[in-house]
Amino acid sequence: MSNVGQMLFLLGLLVVGSPLLMTCVSGISSLVGYRLSEETTTRLGFWAVVCGLLASVAILLIMLVGGSRHVAIELGHWAEIPHLYHFSVKFVFDRLSVPFVILSFVLSGTIGAFASRYMHREPGFNRFFSLYSIFVLGMVVAALAGTIETLFAGWELVGLSSALLVSFYQERSAPPRNGLWIWTVYRVSDAALLLAAVVMHHLIGEGDLGLLLGSGVWPEEYPKLASDEALLVGLLLLVAAAGKSGLVPFSGWLPRAMEGPTPSSAVFYGALSVHLGAFLLLRVSPLLELSTSLSAAVVILGLVTAIFAHFVGSVQTDIKSALSFASLTQVGVIVAEIGLGFHYLPLIHLLGHACLRTLQFVRAPSLLQDYGTLENAIGKLPDVGERHVRPTGMGRFRIWLYRWSLERGLLDSLLREYVASPFVRVLRACDRMERRWTDLLSGRGPQERDRVQPHFGEIEELT
Amino acid sequence: MNPLHLPWVELAIGATIVGSASVTRIREANFAHRCALGFTSLSLLCTLLAWLAFYLDTPPDLLARHSLQARLFGSQPLRLDALNAPLLPSVALLHFLTALATPRTHMRRYSFSWSLAAEAVRLAAFSCQQPWGLVCLLTVATAPPYVELLHGRRPIGVYVLHMSIFAALLILGWGAIDSAENTASVRAQCGSVLLMAAILVRCGAIPFHCWVTDWFEHASLGIAILQLVPLSGVYAAVRLALPVAPDWILRGIGLVSLATAVYAAGMACVQRDSRRFYAFLFLSHASLVLVGLELQTLLSMTASLCLWLSVILSLGGFGLALRAIEARFGRLTLVNYHGLYGHSPTLAVCFLLTGLGCVGFPFTIGFISTELLVDSAVVASPMIGCAVLIATALNGIAVVRAYLLLFTGARHISTVSLEISPRERISVLALAALVLAGGLFPQPGVSSRTLAAEQILATRQK
Repeated sequence: MSNVGQMLFLLGLLVVGSPLLMTCVSGISSLVGYRLSEETTTRLGFWAVVCGLLASVAILLIMLVGGSRHVAIELGHWAEIPHLYHFSVKFVFDRLSVPFVILSFVLSGTIGAFASRYMHREPGFNRFFSLYSIFVLGMVVAALAGTIETLFAGWELVGLSSALLVSFYQERSAPPRNGLWIWTVYRVSDAALLLAAVVMHHLIGEGDLGLLLGSGVWPEEYPKLASDEALLVGLLLLVAAAGKSGLVPFSGWLPRAMEGPTPSSAVFYGALSVHLGAFLLLRVSPLLELSTSLSAAVVILGLVTAIFAHFVGSVQTDIKSALSFASLTQVGVIVAEIGLGFHYLPLIHLLGHACLRTLQFVRAPSLLQDYGTLENAIGKLPDVGERHVRPTGMGRFRIWLYRWSLERGLLDSLLREYVASPFVRVLRACDRMERRWTDLLSGRGPQERDRVQPHFGEIEELT
Repeated sequence: MNPLHLPWVELAIGATIVGSASVTRIREANFAHRCALGFTSLSLLCTLLAWLAFYLDTPPDLLARHSLQARLFGSQPLRLDALNAPLLPSVALLHFLTALATPRTHMRRYSFSWSLAAEAVRLAAFSCQQPWGLVCLLTVATAPPYVELLHGRRPIGVYVLHMSIFAALLILGWGAIDSAENTASVRAQCGSVLLMAAILVRCGAIPFHCWVTDWFEHASLGIAILQLVPLSGVYAAVRLALPVAPDWILRGIGLVSLATAVYAAGMACVQRDSRRFYAFLFLSHASLVLVGLELQTLLSMTASLCLWLSVILSLGGFGLALRAIEARFGRLTLVNYHGLYGHSPTLAVCFLLTGLGCVGFPFTIGFISTELLVDSAVVASPMIGCAVLIATALNGIAVVRAYLLLFTGARHISTVSLEISPRERISVLALAALVLAGGLFPQPGVSSRTLAAEQILATRQK
């Protein structure tokens, strides 16, 4: 390996290693019950992000100077059964992953600095930063993944940290409920991605994205798959992307995600996490060119999501929900751009939109305070113009559309009524039957076990 | 003399037998606990040395030189091979950590003597390679839980019924196979069917699974974990059924197990009782292990054996975390939010970590095994692959749901400290560390399980 190659390898390791180290330190301290001080936690986050960012910028500069467009860092097989299976760990730096990983570090660093003040003296300060570090690691791994298995690992880390951050304020029941909803949607998305990984393994013999996408460097890659094979893998990836980015019909989780602290809403659902699905589609965009049906499906899904999010976002009454749907509108447009065969346009759109949305989310709480200060200073509500909806003159369609938007397209209700509720009802009926059967066999009265109550009697003997 | 040439498997079993006999005379609960801990740690040490001796390729004749078995039976029915070499220390570790984490409130109720006796039988069963010996040991292993239920004055009907059926089917099945002229004869085929039914009953496949949920509800959670989590039924399937059963029987076991895996995962998602939730989670994982075994490919079998180890460690740790919660708050329902995080963050983290470990979250021990299992299932049939994926996705939802219900959503007020005790902390952290270590460095486990899978397949081809 040449000196430049060695340097790129070390820098690549630093890019992935710095968030990994941050995760290990915060994770192990949480696991053993050792509480890091706020200052230590903040410094740890700061240096991890700065090191990762500097290393990725250095890689970018070396690539620009050397004219290289593709740097692969292979760490070998993580697990292997000779001739049958291998799980390769490979990170790729190219025109897609480098901007995205730099974006991830910049926004994560900004939000980390913001959160260190926003979360100051919060009881869950360390928990927030532990989840934040898992999120940053997940984003970096997913952004740089050179194999679909590595991508899956990052994808899952992002999913878990997001769901747990939504349920961050855990003394109320609404955040965990919303966190569970998001986790459920993410599991569907994860299952689709895992299935895509397995299908890829069988089509090309490995999970290497480079091999799936054929020769060349992004975006000029030439996949060797047949059209129907591309359609199969692409549709699975589309489902995975739809779950992660909140595209229709999974859009209901996005406003639920706003239960979390503002810094997490900003960086995760406004800027990074919500774009991860679009990033996945961009990564496999050469695949879309093989199948017109697949491209059409991506365009339609993107446009439907954009239109849906625009209408729903227009009637939201709280700033975070309005911003989240505005974000989704742009994500829908980005997805449509990808489906139309653009590569750099959606990438630039994605980068710009993520930065803008982070700024808006971070500004949101202080904006409300500024309005409050303004009201106090002038002694009345500021004049915001005539913005009330006039019921007169509205056609029936407009009223229906307004209600439909207010109900967020009834997407959550539909999923609850036609997917979740039947599932729970059928299984609960089975559960009742099973209980009756065991009661019959054991000769007990019905539901004797249900009378078992929590007890708090012998606690003092514990220690 | 090289100490590794000693018969460590026999010494491990001997330590638990002596321990059981000694502890039974002790009336003072704390002292009994300390003694039991000493004997079970001794047993763990012996199994670790046995494992070490096996991996250093100690010649069997050197091990037989000091063996009591060789003198008594002329052979060594209790010995290690590639399959059971890591299983034995895992089972011993689970026993040790369960004994270590037993809270003082439970010491009067928890029978250390019976626990050691059960450990002896379990270690013997997991090291036994002689079919009739295994049949006897698996039958005897059903007795300690029965005694425990009887002592606790809990309903025994469901357990007795199912275990009687299991023992009868096992003995009749193996008797028929053993007396048949060849494996293709009608008698052997009938024996295989009976054996298959016995294994399905023992593993809790639908519709014979009700005894598992019922037993988890009534037995001591520690005893229930020790009895079920090592997956004795799967061991019986590997040792007894796999070498002789015709393909259609194995396919039958695989299909029933697949249905059980999905059904139990779904049931785990909707449970309102924490123990029933754990029971269904266990059933789903036990069935997934069987699914991989019955696909009969090297990949699926390796996946299955990896998952088996993952189940013992992660589901064992998950069970111990649940037991520690019960020791503080009693039986908890999964209907309301309990908000226990504030009282013991370490317990919450370990609960989540071990739970995610068993459902195959990245960087935990279950990750690679789940990947392998899905991979091999898709090769066998896309439908099987989808079913396995659905089961793992549902299990993941069930684990996070339980975590959120138990640890978040409310503020639990208590006037006393409910922090995890040091002994519990050691137990749960040890298993959490193994779950993480197995996830970060999966290759040694995968290599050893591949070797075991090759041996199993070679036995079947003979």
